[in-house]
Amino acid sequence: MTVQVKIPTILRSYTGGEKSVEASGETLDAVFSDLESRHSGLKARLVAEGGGLHKFVNIYVDDEDVRFLGGLEAPVKDGQTVTILPAVAGG
Amino acid sequence: MLELPRSIHDAVIAHARRDHPDECCGVLPGVDGRVTRIVPMQNAERSPTGFSWESSEVLALHRDMDDRDEEMLVVYHSHTMTEAAPSRTDVRFAVNATGPDVHWLIVSTREEDTTEVRSFLIGTDGEVTEEEVRLLDG
Repeated sequence: MTVQVKIPTILRSYTGGEKSVEASGETLDAVFSDLESRHSGLKARLVAEGGGLHKFVNIYVDDEDVRFLGGLEAPVKDGQTVTILPAVAGG
Repeated sequence: MLELPRSIHDAVIAHARRDHPDECCGVLPGVDGRVTRIVPMQNAERSPTGFSWESSEVLALHRDMDDRDEEMLVVYHSHTMTEAAPSRTDVRFAVNATGPDVHWLIVSTREEDTTEVRSFLIGTDGEVTEEEVRLLDG
């Protein structure tokens, strides 16, 4: 399963400046682990220490927020796009 | 320094006044470091003390900016009871979500007659640096 992963500006230091990288895996978690093997440190910016998704990112498989698709267990299919975007909030 | 077309500066203030006493929020996209337009966002919290964005609106915003070759240059929001300076939550999200290159423009609507508008850059270590806001014709 090969997917395109779109990387936001703030995380491109982990991908050598690349806006989009390829990764493989059958779930979001597997895709992130595959990314981590080539882009060390990236996974810790996506997954919080407790194991859930970080609140500072929104992650989508195609058009759907993965929080509605099972989070890290969200299935991904060949040819889909995983988009990572900054989740902005404030007080 | 943040350079802002006067019309966009005025539109940010109008948005803040319209949503008062809740906080308003939005994005100023731009090209080559120049702000081109204002995108008001819904405050998903509808709160006088905080703001966040619906994920579907975030995806639509970024697709639209990609289509126009724009970047998210400025994140703006209002403080309705306090001064126009970054809160601890603002700093946390600046460090972890937007990064050191995005300007944080904050408007205070706590006074009825005057509106404070200030801009900040927030470093990766959380250091807050205020910058001048210069208005451009247009």
